[in-house]
Amino acid sequence: MKLIINGKTTEYQDNLTVQQLLQKLKLSPDQVVVELNRQILSPNIHVKTELKSEDTIELVQFVGGG
Amino acid sequence: MLIYLNEKLIKINSGTRLYELRKKYKADADLLIVNGYPASSDQELNDSDHIVMIQRGEQPSAEELEILMMARHTPGVHEKIKQGCVGIAGAGGLGSHVAVALARVGVGQLNIADFDVVEPSNLNRQQYFIDQIGSPKVLALRDNLLRINPGTKVNIHQKRVTPENITELFSEVDILVEAFDAADQKAMLTNYFLSHFPDKFLVAASGVAGYKAANTIQTTKITDHFYLCGDGVTAAEPGCGLMAPRVGIAAHHQANAVLRLLLNQSPE
Repeated sequence: MKLIINGKTTEYQDNLTVQQLLQKLKLSPDQVVVELNRQILSPNIHVKTELKSEDTIELVQFVGGG
Repeated sequence: MLIYLNEKLIKINSGTRLYELRKKYKADADLLIVNGYPASSDQELNDSDHIVMIQRGEQPSAEELEILMMARHTPGVHEKIKQGCVGIAGAGGLGSHVAVALARVGVGQLNIADFDVVEPSNLNRQQYFIDQIGSPKVLALRDNLLRINPGTKVNIHQKRVTPENITELFSEVDILVEAFDAADQKAMLTNYFLSHFPDKFLVAASGVAGYKAANTIQTTKITDHFYLCGDGVTAAEPGCGLMAPRVGIAAHHQANAVLRLLLNQSPE
């Protein structure tokens, strides 16, 4: 499966949900914003959202400070 | 021909010169601003020029104040941003600076929410004063903003921002500024606001700690309605603090992004 994450194309072997992708990338789910195919994805549906080949994903990992 | 003198349209003869105009309307003025820039010498005036005349040391009337305060703006900017309504979630290092910058430029309305009170460790980077220690931040900030520009309407809410109250606090704003400290709060607000208000803009910040080079702070377009200011990676953590210069740079990136959005221009 080919995913375009933050503009870079990456190949993944298995089918993945958004939650599993975040785990693979070691991102903390309560500190990220996920945009899937130009739609902001509510965190409560990360677990059931299956990714498809050619999906375009923008991931923003926030860090603390302000 | 027609020109604007202190934003009032007046008719003058073609060929009228700046000092001639001063003699007629405000002979004691010692600061003459032509189209947003102080004039250093006499000059011939052109049709549609914006002229502001100021006498240093003179306290203007409330009505005059707005015109004189905005005399150094690029012409045309003030009228547009006066219509703007901007939300600021968090009144700490980011939010207090964003609020001050937006009040100075004359944004029409600010809706500010924060639950916290001013304490001494805030003063290394936040727009508060020693005599405000112990005051709720939103009250102290409103006082400071009204001392800067009484023309900006400031609505304050002393409460923690949660998914349950985001709509109540910010549904009327054109643009929301995310100005929290904690990463999970930043993500919560961004996720909620962008999914519930897809037509509004969000300007967030991430990566503002420490004292790395100022030029590493950037404004990045994530989507058409979501802009991020900061270096994206430098977190506040043990060994890396938060200080006025870099937090202030990021906050002013946010404020400039807001200004550009209000003027229908892309922040990036």
